[in-house]
Amino acid sequence: MRSNTLRPYLAAVRSTLTAALCVENFSSQVAERHNNPEVEARLSSLEVVVNPLTISRNKHEKVLIEPSVNSIRVSIKIKQADEIERILCHKFTRFMMIRAENFIILRRKPIILVDFIIQFMEEVDKEISEMKLSLNTRARTVAESYLLQFT
Amino acid sequence: MSPTEIHQLNFGPITAHAFNKDRTQVAVCPNNNEVQIYTKAGKGWNLIHTLAEHDKLVTGIDWAPESNRLVTSSQDRNTYVWNFDTETNEWKPTLVLLRINRAATFVRWSPHENKFAVASGARVIAVCYFDEEHNWWTSKHLKKPIRSTVLSLDWHPNNVLLAAGSADFKARVFSAFIKGVDQKPPPTAWGDKLPFNTICGEFSNGSGGWIHCVAFSPSGDALAFSGHDSVISIAYPGGAIQSVGLTSLPYLSLIWTSEKNIIAAGYDFTPVLFENTNEGW
Repeated sequence: MRSNTLRPYLAAVRSTLTAALCVENFSSQVAERHNNPEVEARLSSLEVVVNPLTISRNKHEKVLIEPSVNSIRVSIKIKQADEIERILCHKFTRFMMIRAENFIILRRKPIILVDFIIQFMEEVDKEISEMKLSLNTRARTVAESYLLQFT
Repeated sequence: MSPTEIHQLNFGPITAHAFNKDRTQVAVCPNNNEVQIYTKAGKGWNLIHTLAEHDKLVTGIDWAPESNRLVTSSQDRNTYVWNFDTETNEWKPTLVLLRINRAATFVRWSPHENKFAVASGARVIAVCYFDEEHNWWTSKHLKKPIRSTVLSLDWHPNNVLLAAGSADFKARVFSAFIKGVDQKPPPTAWGDKLPFNTICGEFSNGSGGWIHCVAFSPSGDALAFSGHDSVISIAYPGGAIQSVGLTSLPYLSLIWTSEKNIIAAGYDFTPVLFENTNEGW
């Protein structure tokens, strides 16, 4: 059931990313001899940045895609249904962000970027549910051994 | 039709390329500041020259078929004209007085090879010609009414009109008539009195999308341009436009093979042939 509703969502993200990743080498028209990502540039020219768009599966899971002529920015909101998922998600994103410097691999390896992002989105969900399960199991074991003392 | 030949010249993207007249040599830029010239040798291609004069990415190369001159443009704001010295067997660069302060994005020789046009991120097109008196290439600017980086150019076969596609969603036709260099051209469908910087046509890409490529038909009486919204438009003098909307990814390059056929190639890796039947494109 779940994977069925996930599929059209990921398909929408995939086709949007395929269209948005039609980028080209575009040097800045604001600063001389600069070549910056136009989505990130503070003084970017408006005509080369396209309207951002959001794809949402439900109110907890969505993707924001901001395309431009030479770069795109993708923001992913990972599912956070309850308190435990929220905590796990916070820890997980923090873990990733601390290591953000090591993600140059995204730009260097000739893998198909769209496939990589989709795979990442699939696995993030899986990973968080797995962490939640193992956390619950652990909590149950701890509670059981604690309550054993009173029998 | 001859079969396709595939040769791997390097392991990165190629940002620009140009063939010489008889297609025995090709100049390519391997995504850096160099231009490499390969020559055909039997079944493969050998590297014979490396032209390293630019100091940033080379964005455009064009090879004049008759005069055998190369012109290269780069993001370092410069353009060089290269002449082949048969005695020393080397390519010699000549700097062009371009007077632009942003990256040069595209370059094309005019059909008579006495002028070339350089597109730039400074919202101007520099039309360059050889100044005999000072013995260098000098330029005149087409400024109005360009409002963004010019991404592509194409010359009309009469050597005077110039089409430009830019990132402000417009394709325009300018007059690039230079007194003293050009003969007075015969009247064309785009107008008959053509002083420098006359705007002979301005076509909007409607819903938005940068113009990636412009191309005149062989007769020069029609202009095709492709936008980032995957629309190919064919514009005629006087303002008539026919647009062909497509579901594929945008097209980056257009070539007219006859008055009725256009080959387009772009982000989805497959060249496509468009044909004008009697009902339209």
